[in-house]
Amino acid sequence: MSQKLRQFSKNQIFWPLMVLLAILLANGIVSGGSFFEMRIVDGHLYGRLIDILRNGSKLMVLAIGITMALATGGTDISVGSVMAISGAVACSIVDGRLLPGASGNVAVAVVLALLAGVLCGLWNGVLIAKVKIQPIVATMILMVAGRGIAQLITEGKIVTINSDAYYFINGGYILGLPFPLFIVAFAFVLVMLFTRKTAFGLFIEAIGVNSVSSRFTGIKVDRIKLMIYTFSGLMAAVAGLIESAGIKGADCNNAGLLIELDAILSVAIGGTSLFGGRFSIPASVIGALIIQSISTSVLAMGVAPEVTLVVKSLIVVVICLVQSKKFKETIAGKFSRRAVKEA
Amino acid sequence: MSGAIQKKPGNRNISLLITTLLFFVLFGAGSLAYDRFFSLSTFLNLFNDNAYLIIVAIGVTFVLLTGGIDISVASTLAFTCVFSAHLLRLGVPPVVVIPLVLLIGLGVGLLMGYLIQTFHLQPFIVTLAGQFFMRGFCAVISTNSIPITDTFYKYMALGKVSIGKGKLYYYVFFALVVLAAAYYTLRFTRFGRGVYAVGGSEQSAVLMGLPVTRIKIAVYAISGFCAALAGVVFSFYTLAGYSLQNMGLEMDAISSAVIGGTLLSGGVGSVIGTTFGALIQGVIQTIVTYQNLNTWWTKVTIAALLCVFIVIQRGIALRAERRKSG
Repeated sequence: MSQKLRQFSKNQIFWPLMVLLAILLANGIVSGGSFFEMRIVDGHLYGRLIDILRNGSKLMVLAIGITMALATGGTDISVGSVMAISGAVACSIVDGRLLPGASGNVAVAVVLALLAGVLCGLWNGVLIAKVKIQPIVATMILMVAGRGIAQLITEGKIVTINSDAYYFINGGYILGLPFPLFIVAFAFVLVMLFTRKTAFGLFIEAIGVNSVSSRFTGIKVDRIKLMIYTFSGLMAAVAGLIESAGIKGADCNNAGLLIELDAILSVAIGGTSLFGGRFSIPASVIGALIIQSISTSVLAMGVAPEVTLVVKSLIVVVICLVQSKKFKETIAGKFSRRAVKEA
Repeated sequence: MSGAIQKKPGNRNISLLITTLLFFVLFGAGSLAYDRFFSLSTFLNLFNDNAYLIIVAIGVTFVLLTGGIDISVASTLAFTCVFSAHLLRLGVPPVVVIPLVLLIGLGVGLLMGYLIQTFHLQPFIVTLAGQFFMRGFCAVISTNSIPITDTFYKYMALGKVSIGKGKLYYYVFFALVVLAAAYYTLRFTRFGRGVYAVGGSEQSAVLMGLPVTRIKIAVYAISGFCAALAGVVFSFYTLAGYSLQNMGLEMDAISSAVIGGTLLSGGVGSVIGTTFGALIQGVIQTIVTYQNLNTWWTKVTIAALLCVFIVIQRGIALRAERRKSG
């Protein structure tokens, strides 16, 4: 048993999980236990924990998508804008201002919104894999343009919609659990099967460690990068649907604003190196939950939500320092020097 | 010798030429399309409305030249505005406030540069943390817009020089001074040469015995200082401090530099180009206003331009690589 425990403690997922539990526990103690309370109303589960899961679903979906991009040593900072585009497309169709023939048809809206996300991702992928532009620069183009495109789709207005079928994407329940969780679970299982039961995950890690030598071993680096960024776009579109269903409309200015940073942070907290290489999707998902619980607890304390930014920034710096080889050497050097002096 | 160089314009000059031409073409197109567009006052207003952007973009250019990136500038600018508005409301005189906020900007840049250089962290992530930090502190001070009623600030906001029919506000001169100083530093000082050398090849720069560590930390400090100075100028411009001010300005600054011919991989670029890059964004904004379009067209156009320029740069880089190997 202790053998297994020791093995688990070396897993990438171990520390993120401990941090998450610590945050939840601290919340529970501060709130005097009410944090963990769960009620069942009309066969639906309610409670703070469920809130965190539901509100964190967007971030979990994004983190699943972006982890692989980061694992190849790239990045995708356009996800927030892609969310805005997908929300704008979906809401405009449900509202009937776009494609009046399919007015109110939620299925068409969802499919086309996802398609828009795939197209955005494909655009990023082509720029990165074919034109060979640095990922941060390539995705910056869509980040700048994306919100503009979304505004042009909605004609600069905030589109509010009235469709129970569409609300279901964020507010619905299946078996007493919020529907977004099933979306997350579906994406998670799909990606896990694809990266861990096939060689695809290995290829990604190989590219992240050394893209040139991966090409020489016969890995189709360009094609894999294209797939990764397309998938990231798709996941961003899914997150956009969840967000717009949550606010019951498309707000192109604020949908997914700054969320790309949260997504990258989630992956970093999960222990995936931002320089590329080893990655873990479960750890990224837990990272997303950590971010969400920090945001939720700051809100529960009645502090302005912007203050979470300060907390997050400190976390980023600490994580980066811990990952930095140089920092470890410096610290180790100080300790060993002290040891020598004492001796 | 100099004649030979002029016959074969380098890649740097080609980019600068394209940018300058683009600016005049856009300005000319606007003049042809709209009455009253072609005037000195339209031209000077480009400077009046974009002085802060020029300052931020020049600061960011230093970082980009070394091959790094700084996405914290917009937050530093907002923090400067909010913090100075807050201090002025408490009755602290501008003589204290302005140096203080400039020092804070410098200090934050210095700290980020130190973290990036000493611990080999990714500039993107560290400056991202800086962005969160400064934006968060804005909210800690106040989430509401704070008006500035100080007499000196009002004087700076309204004071202007008339040139013909146009006018140039006093705060524009800050941008011009920064431009001149940056141009001189990059072209004629040892430090400036070092910045280009580090961006061209950091390893070679180390082997040449250049103070790479000092240079790389200094560029982030310069960027932070410029962002804070732009914040001071922006608070003259708007006479208020608001915590959500200028979201996304870092991308405008980076696109100014890129449109101005700065290579994001480092080593190539000039502050003159960056200034034209910022002015091009100003012209596009003006045309969009004249055309009475949704302001979002500005963003879409700039992104399209950005894309074109990045692809052009990619082409230039490929050509250079081929020439080197061939």
